[in-house]
Amino acid sequence: MTNTWIYARNLVIGLWVVFKRTFSTPVTVQYPEERPYLPPRWRGRIVLTRDPDGEERCVACYLCSAACPVDCIALQAADRPEAHDRRYPEFFRINFSRCIYCGMCEEACPTNAIQLIPDFEQSEYARRNLVYEKEDLLISGTGKYHDYNFYRVAGVKTCDKDKGQGANEFPPVDVKSLMP
Amino acid sequence: MANIIVDNKSYAVDERQNLLAACLGHGLNVPYFCWHPAMGSVGACRQCAVKQFKDDKDQSGRLVMSCMTPAANGTRISIDDPEAKAFRASVIEWLMVNHPHDCPVCDEGGECHLQDMTVMTGHVYRRSRFPKRTHRNQALGPFIRHEMNRCIQCYRCVRFYRDYAGGRDLNVFGAHDALYFGREQDGTLENEFSGNLVEICPTGVFTDKTFFHHYTRKWDLQSAQSICPHCSLGCNTTASERSGTLRRMTNRFNSQVNGYFLCDRGRFGYEYVNSEYRIKHPLVRSGTDRTKPRMPEDVSRTLEFAADRLRKACGIVGIGSPRASLEANVALRGLVGPQQFYQGIDEQERQLLFTILNVFRTGPVPSASLHDAEQADAVLVLGPDLLNEAPRLALALLQSIRQQPMERVDELKIPQWDEAAVRNAVQNRRGPLFMAGHRQTWLHEYTTDHYFAAPDDVARLGFAVAGSIGPEAPTVPDLSSDVRDLAQRIADALMHAQRPLIIAGTGSGSQATLEAAANVAWALHQQGKHPRLNFVLPEANSAGLALLGGGSLNDAFDAIRQGKADTVIVLENDLYRRADQANVNAFLDKAQTVMVIDSLEHRTTAHADVILPAATGPESNGTFVNQEGRAQRFYQVFVQNGGVKESWRWLSDLARATSQDVERESRVATWRTFDDAVSATAMVAPELARMGEVAPSASFRLVGQKIPRQSERCSGRTSLVSHLTMHEPPPPADQDSPLAFTMEGYRGPLPSPLISQFWTPGWNSIQAVNTYQNEVGGPLRDEMPGVRLLEPVATKAPAWFTSIPHAFQPASRQWLLLPLSAVFGSDELSNRSPAIAERIAKPFLSLHPSDGARLSLENHSTIDLAWQGTTYSLAVHFEPSTPVGMGGLSLVPEVSGVRVPAWIDLFEAIKTERKRRAA
Repeated sequence: MTNTWIYARNLVIGLWVVFKRTFSTPVTVQYPEERPYLPPRWRGRIVLTRDPDGEERCVACYLCSAACPVDCIALQAADRPEAHDRRYPEFFRINFSRCIYCGMCEEACPTNAIQLIPDFEQSEYARRNLVYEKEDLLISGTGKYHDYNFYRVAGVKTCDKDKGQGANEFPPVDVKSLMP
Repeated sequence: MANIIVDNKSYAVDERQNLLAACLGHGLNVPYFCWHPAMGSVGACRQCAVKQFKDDKDQSGRLVMSCMTPAANGTRISIDDPEAKAFRASVIEWLMVNHPHDCPVCDEGGECHLQDMTVMTGHVYRRSRFPKRTHRNQALGPFIRHEMNRCIQCYRCVRFYRDYAGGRDLNVFGAHDALYFGREQDGTLENEFSGNLVEICPTGVFTDKTFFHHYTRKWDLQSAQSICPHCSLGCNTTASERSGTLRRMTNRFNSQVNGYFLCDRGRFGYEYVNSEYRIKHPLVRSGTDRTKPRMPEDVSRTLEFAADRLRKACGIVGIGSPRASLEANVALRGLVGPQQFYQGIDEQERQLLFTILNVFRTGPVPSASLHDAEQADAVLVLGPDLLNEAPRLALALLQSIRQQPMERVDELKIPQWDEAAVRNAVQNRRGPLFMAGHRQTWLHEYTTDHYFAAPDDVARLGFAVAGSIGPEAPTVPDLSSDVRDLAQRIADALMHAQRPLIIAGTGSGSQATLEAAANVAWALHQQGKHPRLNFVLPEANSAGLALLGGGSLNDAFDAIRQGKADTVIVLENDLYRRADQANVNAFLDKAQTVMVIDSLEHRTTAHADVILPAATGPESNGTFVNQEGRAQRFYQVFVQNGGVKESWRWLSDLARATSQDVERESRVATWRTFDDAVSATAMVAPELARMGEVAPSASFRLVGQKIPRQSERCSGRTSLVSHLTMHEPPPPADQDSPLAFTMEGYRGPLPSPLISQFWTPGWNSIQAVNTYQNEVGGPLRDEMPGVRLLEPVATKAPAWFTSIPHAFQPASRQWLLLPLSAVFGSDELSNRSPAIAERIAKPFLSLHPSDGARLSLENHSTIDLAWQGTTYSLAVHFEPSTPVGMGGLSLVPEVSGVRVPAWIDLFEAIKTERKRRAA
């Protein structure tokens, strides 16, 4: 007898809660007409950026592919003789059907080349369309980091920077000098 | 043994070591830079500081450099002492003050000793805010890249290059913090061992230029043990692959063979595997018209076609090869039958190999490994030009001349690892090294005495030495007094040595020098010495081929000419390198069907009706027998695309296809896996019985698992082929070895042939080999250094060789033309590597200046030499070391078909001479 009363009371309370919602504003976002705010550091689609001079930032060091926990990044280093052996990736491939958007690649990147951006709209009907090559990944801008230019601070010589012209470098040593 | 106490724990160590080596041997991590197990200590970098205490009551202690402190009994040290740690951290901080910020673009990154040591000492943040020193780099040739900014001034490079390897053109320049390690000016590093700088340099100053062009990090490389196929020494290498191309060759420590070092031919000659001339698909010409092109065909149709031809054949000739694995040769021998199996080398070479085998089979003197050669304290070289024919052996001899002066070092109670003190004590003293031959190289600067003469005279010198040592050995009666004196001096030196070594070789084609060397060794043995013999052979598996037996190439030619056979199977052999062009042409034209199994296109494949694409060394399993008779296993590193298969597998498939309807008993047809090939090989000859012990068999498992070829951190698994397929195909199965083409499987201590790469947590560079040894510099744990197939059984000297040749007499119009081997250029496979090809010199003819004058030639002029049906364009070099009446012909690809040694009328043969243009 008492059980019946408890069931009935709970039923009424439940119905009352549902009834109350009838008069509150809905929370559903009308995507894609309405778009949510995604903070700049949101981890979405991966891009390859360029340095402030417009050159590819990626130097094909393989650290992103090593950091990737699902091994979805593959690349091959190549050199450009005309740019004094400046390294770049011959191909750079991300299999987004495997990517878990963990951001480890971005963390590992020593040149700020690889960046995760606030874009998640990558749905495809065919999995093979989720394989992004370098042409698909490379953007024309610097992404989140505007100033960093790896070759300005690295000690190597490039086409437009001789030894000693980098940031915080002495001019090349004159081996024949005995001056202290 | 001594006991040392490290951080209050006692360790048993060898008291002849220093503390650094002792600690590393026990797996205690002490950082270091300038010390190297093969080059001793100089105490330059101050990185290996530890605290030493007087006794257990001593609380304060003092900092010592562990590499400069002997591991005396009762030594009490602390590695973890805060003061020692702080000292080491500050040393590395100083070193890093000028080290550039370029690890991402540095090829050493990820396998850098400097990175490892920096992490080990805990230096993390850069405090120095001052600008960094920079240097200009040098162009050092096709092998080595130079980036001097990265230098930490440890001096290892010059110590190796100058002190260890005898190089002259690398040095240290400048002063104080502006030291420069490089050449006097841009130019190719001349030394034959320059590639070791890549491994010697603790950071990225010297890096592998061939690797640079297809760079991959160490953790992404799929690797396995390989045996260098470029000469007869059988140095162990680690071949590494990524996505279908062979990326590099590194040294693989083997305490009995190559130790820590390789020659440049072995290190940079690997790119033939990636050559554009690779045969990747079976090719078939169905008609009999040889002018028609061959068409690509699939594997089963090709086998069907070939089997059909074999069934219809009235007699098959199988031509083996000294550069093919033992298993492949045995497969061919099984397919065609022992009577129809020919060794694929010319008659003379076959005779020489036969003589060498007999010397080891019947004589009491064992062959010398490279390690034995390093330990020898008196060396006599009769004939071979070691630097060009067997370079790593020349490097071993450079160490052997330090053996005798070491006695003085021991007398002075200087530990042998104390390199600076040893050099000071030794000064310019050198142990006895006598070299006789017909060519001068820079190695002759290190000899006690040398003798340039014709092979017959070299042999006479050898016989005379034997005669001077043992009264029973035959003597040479008519010898000039200075040669007799030289022979006496050599005999005395060898008699005073504990571990004398005699080296001869097949290079000059002289049987007498081999016999003379054997006589010397046997005479020494009779006098109660413990000599060793070493014969330099032509190719990687020459010894293995000799053990199999079989006729020479000339016999094969006869078989076809006489109509005994009409079908030829050529296994990994370019016949045009081994016989006259006319003979080979006639042979191939007469044969109805020519089948060639090879990996690279060459002149013989151009004539083939059926070409079966063979796997190269790093794409196959196999065994090579090196010049000391040591059988060593090489493992497949990767699976090549296309129809490429191992030669033995092609032959086994062919046997199976052939025997389908013909009831011919051929065991080869039953081979399924490599283990079948090994066990069949073990039964071919009594000496090969221990073939199965060379390396673990395919069924070998640890904790029930296979052993991975890839590192734990191999990357790109789910994207490397995703542009081709989304289905992530499984890695190829490997039924032939205990290794797997994956990163999954057993991790832990392994028998040495199964180690993929040397790596231990915290030790990413090749210096990690220390962590694989119980005693630094000693053998690896579970080392399987190969099986020596030829051990002496006799205790007494057999019948002496008595056929002493007559002294060489220069002829009036004829010259004896001898081969001059070239470290870059004489090896068939390495020539196909672009980096090596860049180093191949133009072909030249070397003559004594007096002969040059007789022919009225000018030094450095160019001549056209018409000989053996071909005209060769040669430069003329006047060399006083070339004996009068002889000529030396450099064996580079342009003249690879020339049959030497042979007599030549130079008056007749030299057609035109183009004078050198006035500079």
